[in-house]
Amino acid sequence: MSAAPLRPPGRLARAWDSDIGYAFRRSPVAMLSTLVVLLAVGASVLAPWLAPQDPFDPTQLDLMDGMTPPLGTNEITGRTFWLGTDPQGRDLVSAILFGSRISLLVGFASVILSMAIGISAGLVAGYLGGRTDALVMRIADVQLSFPAILVALLVFGIFRGVVPPARQEEATLSVLILAIGLSNWAQYARTVRATTLVEKGKVYVEAARLIGLRPLAIMVKHVLPNVTGPVLVIATINLALAIIEEATLSFLGVGMPPTQPSLGTLIRVGQGYLFSGELWILAFPALALIVLSLAINLLGDWLRDALDPKLR
Amino acid sequence: MRASRILAATAAVLAAATALAGLPGEAEARTLRWARSGDALTLDPHAQNEGPTAAVNHHIYETLVARDPKGALIPGLATAWRILPTDPTIWEFTLREGVTFHDGAPFTADDVVFSLNRALQPTSDYKGLLTSVDGVSKAGATTVHVKTKGPNPLLPNNLTNMFMMNKAWSEKNNVAKVQDFKSKEENFAVRNANGTGPFVLVSREPDVKTVMKRNDGYWGKSATVPLEVSEIVYTPIKADATRIAALLSGEVDFVQDVPVQDIERLKSTPNLRVTTGPENRTIFLGMDVGSADLKSDSVQGKNPFADKRVRQAMNMAINRAAIQRVVMRGQSVPTGVIMPPFVNGWTPDLDKAPAPDVARAKALLAEAGYGAGFQVTLNCPNDRYVNDEGICQAVVGMMGQIGIKVNLVSQSKTLHFPLVQKNPPETEFYLVGWGVPTFDSEYIFSFMYHTRDAKFGSWNALRYANADLDRKIESLSSEVDAQKRNATIAEIWKTVQEETLYLPIHHQTLAYAMTSSLDIPVDPENQPKLKYVVFKSM
Repeated sequence: MSAAPLRPPGRLARAWDSDIGYAFRRSPVAMLSTLVVLLAVGASVLAPWLAPQDPFDPTQLDLMDGMTPPLGTNEITGRTFWLGTDPQGRDLVSAILFGSRISLLVGFASVILSMAIGISAGLVAGYLGGRTDALVMRIADVQLSFPAILVALLVFGIFRGVVPPARQEEATLSVLILAIGLSNWAQYARTVRATTLVEKGKVYVEAARLIGLRPLAIMVKHVLPNVTGPVLVIATINLALAIIEEATLSFLGVGMPPTQPSLGTLIRVGQGYLFSGELWILAFPALALIVLSLAINLLGDWLRDALDPKLR
Repeated sequence: MRASRILAATAAVLAAATALAGLPGEAEARTLRWARSGDALTLDPHAQNEGPTAAVNHHIYETLVARDPKGALIPGLATAWRILPTDPTIWEFTLREGVTFHDGAPFTADDVVFSLNRALQPTSDYKGLLTSVDGVSKAGATTVHVKTKGPNPLLPNNLTNMFMMNKAWSEKNNVAKVQDFKSKEENFAVRNANGTGPFVLVSREPDVKTVMKRNDGYWGKSATVPLEVSEIVYTPIKADATRIAALLSGEVDFVQDVPVQDIERLKSTPNLRVTTGPENRTIFLGMDVGSADLKSDSVQGKNPFADKRVRQAMNMAINRAAIQRVVMRGQSVPTGVIMPPFVNGWTPDLDKAPAPDVARAKALLAEAGYGAGFQVTLNCPNDRYVNDEGICQAVVGMMGQIGIKVNLVSQSKTLHFPLVQKNPPETEFYLVGWGVPTFDSEYIFSFMYHTRDAKFGSWNALRYANADLDRKIESLSSEVDAQKRNATIAEIWKTVQEETLYLPIHHQTLAYAMTSSLDIPVDPENQPKLKYVVFKSM
């Protein structure tokens, strides 16, 4: 046991000093969007404690509160709501907090799902090559030739047919994740396969093979670390896309039910009140969705530039 | 060079078109573009007894007895009808002469016999209106006899939606049998039609577009039926905002199912007109009161709805005034009975809705042994009635306040209605609305309260069985003494109201919006008949 050596800089400090860290410190856009994303994530995680009411619990809603304008006082109940209420008397602040919670949950979970599928498919295809490669990539091609939203709608259609109606409401969230996750894996597969093809021919992989490592170990331990950069970029941009896709599905009426509204459901409900002047029902959830997805998109954009050696 | 020639040609065509449009008289082509939230479920005239379906079919097909826009009975394809003086169980219908079907075939007594027998088939949804009918026979070239099981003085009231088809056409196209709608069967008559009505079906794309053109040989053209519309383009537009936007942008001329929140704005828009009025329809919730156990609930081995106290508690939990004020914006009439005020048998006493009382409702639930509440699933249409989904959501909240957790499944009426109509029904708690084309309580009883069997109760998913009640309902169709009959009706209402079998919400009020060149009044049956339309000069 020798005396403790000089403490190496911590992970955080190392990240701060790295190239990316430097680029981050120089980019106000990146800092601002990170701040927004962190705020959104924090607010949605803490939603049950922050929100004045639980918008998913019908017993906490009073129909008489319905359609209260922002900051206005309801004529009957005398209550005031910052952002107003929807037609069911749901406080929009709470609805947006809980709605973003669903959006982010669906976004993160579906991105992890598509990453898991895409990375494994890409690694296997790139590393094994031959028929496996052809098969996996053709499936990915087929997948890419459909708009993601159609694939998600298809998954939902099957879900509606298979699950008994009584169980559908509680299963919707998992099906949303599944539907969006299954519709976005192909890009990961392509990127990972391309990188794998390059890495596979390199000396260190051949060395690993020579010492008798199994293909799985090589793929996971040696090839995979090299694809994290591009995958991270796709994942960030896909997160924004997944959030929008969830909103679209809910807007179309196949996603979250009106009793548990996500941002898309709120926009769908609010759309019915566009002409009658109750703009806030549509405007605030839409604004929340725009800010959230824009921030994540900007972050992804910046990350891509920062990781691209040609742009550095 | 070429471009200029095309321009010249276009100019010539335009000039010709303008000249044509300026021509006065009958040849004037006036298309009426009509939109509402949902499509006719089918064009098979006997497959579905449903409002929008009949609304479209009324333009193509006709009935022996019709109703004028005010609801009074008027001659349709029959010019006269009477009970035979020699036999009170036979109704004699004298048919209109000189009427032809759209394919040119003459309208005959054989067609009437065929059509009425078709409407009596097991897959017909109109059989519930003909339960008293024993047989239909031809009694002459233009005379048809309908024999009833006992004297039935109200039979003509039940025939106002009983459409007449052509026998030869039906047999040729293999549609002598009524489409089995519940099992999603398709037949030729679902997308094709051959009636005697004022409009001829040109093309039909379900849920997209239906085009009809004027039947220039229509027998009924007169001063009151000017038949000015030369073409109808019927487009179902499900999304409320999209439908209203289509009217505002001039894409359609006439819109039904105007969202309540848009009425004020549309009224103040220049060049638009809004008409409002009560519909002969009540919106209510039904539930499975008969099964031993519910599938969708959280209670094991028991059916909470079977307990009258639970139903009463639920009835008390509904704050109808709040629904009227917030969900319907005043465009509804809260009620305690599933019978609109137009109907024979209606009394202000029956109509009185219970006052919302959450504390008492909770006490009743506790007394019934459900103090801790329970969980059920509510099925709801989202494109059939005014704000149907909003009503259901409000009910979910109100039930939540007394501890009943309700899962809401809201879907399009094409998916919702089969749940109610299937045998056995596939819903245990549901929202429907019921209109009464006969303007008589018997219609409500036989579809909504009578035990479900081959002829009765096809819309009754209560699983409620009461032999005594059934017998009383059946007696109505042959009771000649109006006073005795009304007494039985009152008796039946007393029984079913005491049982709290349905949870009534409100009578529906309707709004139509249109360009100001039109003035279509609200039809109490919500079946606007465009043959009456007169175009106003702007």
